[in-house]
Amino acid sequence: MTAPVKTPNKRPGESLLRRFTRHQLFIPLAALALLILFNLIADPSFFAVSMKENSLGNPVLSGNIISVLDNASELVILAIGMTLVTASSGGQDISVGAAMAIAGSVILRLVCGGQAAADTLQTPLLLAVLAGILVSMIFGAFNGALVAYFKIQPMVATLILFTAGRSIAAWINNNQLPIINDIVFKYAGTFLPGIPVPTPIFITAFIVLLFWLALKFTNLGLYTQSVGINASSSRLNGLDPKLIKLLTYVILGVCVAVAGFIRVSRSGSINYSRIAENIEMDAILAVALGGNALSGGKFNIYGSILGAYVIQFLTTTLYKYEVPSTALPAYKAVVVILLVVLSAPVVQEKLSSVRKSPAKAAKEVS
Amino acid sequence: MKKVFCLLLAMCMVLALAACSGGGNNQSANNQSANNQPPADTNQPAEGGEPAAPAEPSSGEPITVGVINNDPNESGYRTANDKAMRDTFTADNGYEATFYNNNDAAQQIATAQQMIQDEVDFLLLSPASTTGWDTVLQDAQAAGTQVILFDRMLEADESMYAAAVVSDMPAEGKTAVDWLASQNLDEYNIIHIQGHMGSDAQLGRTGALDEKVNAEASWNYVAQQTADWDEATARTITQSVIDSGKAFNVIYAENNGMARGAVAALDANGITHGKDGDVIVMGFDSDKWAFEEVLAGRWNYMGLCNPLQAETVDAIIKDLMAGKAPAEKITYTPEQGFDAATLTQADVDKYGT
Repeated sequence: MTAPVKTPNKRPGESLLRRFTRHQLFIPLAALALLILFNLIADPSFFAVSMKENSLGNPVLSGNIISVLDNASELVILAIGMTLVTASSGGQDISVGAAMAIAGSVILRLVCGGQAAADTLQTPLLLAVLAGILVSMIFGAFNGALVAYFKIQPMVATLILFTAGRSIAAWINNNQLPIINDIVFKYAGTFLPGIPVPTPIFITAFIVLLFWLALKFTNLGLYTQSVGINASSSRLNGLDPKLIKLLTYVILGVCVAVAGFIRVSRSGSINYSRIAENIEMDAILAVALGGNALSGGKFNIYGSILGAYVIQFLTTTLYKYEVPSTALPAYKAVVVILLVVLSAPVVQEKLSSVRKSPAKAAKEVS
Repeated sequence: MKKVFCLLLAMCMVLALAACSGGGNNQSANNQSANNQPPADTNQPAEGGEPAAPAEPSSGEPITVGVINNDPNESGYRTANDKAMRDTFTADNGYEATFYNNNDAAQQIATAQQMIQDEVDFLLLSPASTTGWDTVLQDAQAAGTQVILFDRMLEADESMYAAAVVSDMPAEGKTAVDWLASQNLDEYNIIHIQGHMGSDAQLGRTGALDEKVNAEASWNYVAQQTADWDEATARTITQSVIDSGKAFNVIYAENNGMARGAVAALDANGITHGKDGDVIVMGFDSDKWAFEEVLAGRWNYMGLCNPLQAETVDAIIKDLMAGKAPAEKITYTPEQGFDAATLTQADVDKYGT
């Protein structure tokens, strides 16, 4: 990446451009730029942000951009965990939506004290959330153990929880749909008193910061990556690939619990068969959009985060232009098709021959 | 890179499989509960017989029923509906019941045929789709099994089933729209949040509103979107309308969960709603918490969709066993709309589930 490749028929500016287009973050950034450009041209008022007062008398910021940042929170947090799982095991966890239902159900059961409706918290909020995280970690460990120790394809292993999770979530609450009306419970999903920015944005920033620190100051990233690239050679180098795979699934479990907490905290209620439905597909799409290989190995967590924001930006844009929400999956499908075609070997070869650059340079850059 | 594509393809396949198997899980869970009960054909080991209920048919044989319903986790409405069925068709009530829950009509049909082969006396059916039931109904008739529809209708000649106890969805929609019209607003700018497209409830509740909006110049849709019964999606849709700065004064959500999601967006933006607010909020179904929202004046209207058909079905079965045909082939469960101005605590206690 340091030395731009010198080719006689190119100007220096182009090599910079080429370097940029080769960068892993190019795809999500380009997609984001495209969406921003489209909205700027079609209706610049899309970006308007205004200060309002919510029904509790707190000042709050409101606008499409705030909505995008707010609503993408769960997806961003899931995408981080999903990236690690993808990198270490070369497969995806398709049970995250169902696992979010379980985590949400555990939290609601505790704060409602097992009743169908509660006006005040029956269990300290922190305790309930920790319990949700713990349960979610256990289910993550279950998935991870199937993948790491029983060597089951991740998608098949997590299919078990994908199928059973929502029934488990319902069972936790005796098939009731509990409702909590305590305003404190909703702080995490709406606004903290006196703070005009939605709380999920802070939670997401905190989680991103946490992972930034973990990747910078621990070997989590390196280990995950090496296990994903070659499990046996990393074992020869003294790593325990099984343990690391298991660990990534447990970490995803934590992410799932936080996302599940945000989701139930937005309204103080749950609907087991609808909550976070199909969010696993969006999370995987975010990882792919971020330029990460779904077959594992090298990864870039910030690519996935950007990917998640792109997906939410797209959704919000489509809502603004009143595209029926049933048609949203079709638009996402177009994105998937573009991604797949762009990353297909044949197209890549064509592209690189157009660029007339040696394959070696491509490797260096990536 | 090829792997990426393969994985994506595999993903599609796995998902398709998962869609089919989603109900399988339910089936096993429910078979289990069914297995806890003694087998249908044997005489029930009478724990002191059944002298307690004088209204019962005299024989000691329990009436065998197969109950096919949708997934109880679908909504609060369905949870209440399923619970009422399970509470009514018990051994204490003189029934030998097998329950099956699935939102997939194909799985429902397969189970129905199994139940007919097991020679249940009555097949109680809440079909997930309105079509595809012809062979089941014919088989039932041939086997002498009486079919009673509850909650949802299917497309068949009236002679093919013994009775039906259902909600009149178009009437629900009409009642709600008539109520809305009676508010005499100068202008109706409506955010219409629809349920799962093509479902009985969505068609009925949308139909009446569509008709009115098309007929009246002062009635407009600000947005008409499906949230697929999902609260979070309803909130996002409402927020996006607010973000776009369009004026609206009515939220017509086709169930209570979605109304709750929409109200969350209103609250976040400080838009007042309910009896003394700027925006009229309307929901449907029978949830107790929603009744309480209306009672507190935070919502304006709730269209009751009565999930408790079990007692009516029970009465019809007892009549049929006594050789009495039901008075009406199709019984509509009593339903009405509740207005924040007139709702009382007594109504909440009576109808809330």
